[in-house]
Amino acid sequence: MKELSLNILDIAMNSVTAGSTLINIDLTESHDILEIRISDNGCGMSREMVENVTSPFCTSRTTRKVGMGIPLFKMASEQTGGTFSIVSKSDREFPDSHGTVTSATFLKNHLDYTPLGDIIGSIVTLIQGMGENIDLIFTHKSDTLDVRLDTRQLRETLGGEIPLSTPDVLVWIKEFLKENYNIT
Amino acid sequence: MKSLAELAAIRDKMKGKVSLREGTGETRIVVGMATCGIAAGAKPVLNAFVEEVAKAGLSDSVSVLQTGCIGICQYEPVVEVYKSDEEKVTYVHMTPEKALEVVEKHIKGGKPIAEYTMK
Repeated sequence: MKELSLNILDIAMNSVTAGSTLINIDLTESHDILEIRISDNGCGMSREMVENVTSPFCTSRTTRKVGMGIPLFKMASEQTGGTFSIVSKSDREFPDSHGTVTSATFLKNHLDYTPLGDIIGSIVTLIQGMGENIDLIFTHKSDTLDVRLDTRQLRETLGGEIPLSTPDVLVWIKEFLKENYNIT
Repeated sequence: MKSLAELAAIRDKMKGKVSLREGTGETRIVVGMATCGIAAGAKPVLNAFVEEVAKAGLSDSVSVLQTGCIGICQYEPVVEVYKSDEEKVTYVHMTPEKALEVVEKHIKGGKPIAEYTMK
């Protein structure tokens, strides 16, 4: 992946597949460390699956027997000297508190740090594709940034009739995020 | 500053015009957005389709959708076009530039671009 924002999009797609109703994506920057945390309330994974999930030979898909999403994210983190973790509670074992938390830290000054890239585009793409039964809370905090987007609030304003994936709405979200990032 | 009032204005403008059910349009453009697709550059391709379809005012009859891996990762970005009156067309190694051409010639003009399909 050329941008960490693409890894984020890719990992968040797993939350969509897991049948989540709420996904949180939180980016926190302090000094030279970036932390990316993606959490959901989806069906979670069994203990066995969690143990194997960082292997490329573990996948939920059926078209072939390799899955690169999580291994690539882990590699992007660890090649900067950062850490990666994934914690999951399956709906079988934890009917009331299931879900998955994937988090990784990145040392931004490391030679092998992958730039965050077009995070706004990735968030808009996720919203376009996640469907109308999922909500997203996205935050990005640093010394100079305090970005927050909550699709529940947007849906409240839009009423039940207009989907978030409507092109005009997606353009509004993009512009809203740009302003929050002070890009105009 | 972008305000929720602006979003409310969009709501009022769109009311009654939008179908909540996805994929009910006559034409569906489906972009592969699994790890393989994303890594190969599917995101800008998807965005190009979304923007072009909106710009052309085709949002009522054409839906742009995302899907997972369809098993031909080496050909990503892969885009499938389903039209009610013709066979599925699979475009491979897509770029945003090719996407514009597909909207123009295939979606609007009704002529699939054989050159961009799988050989």
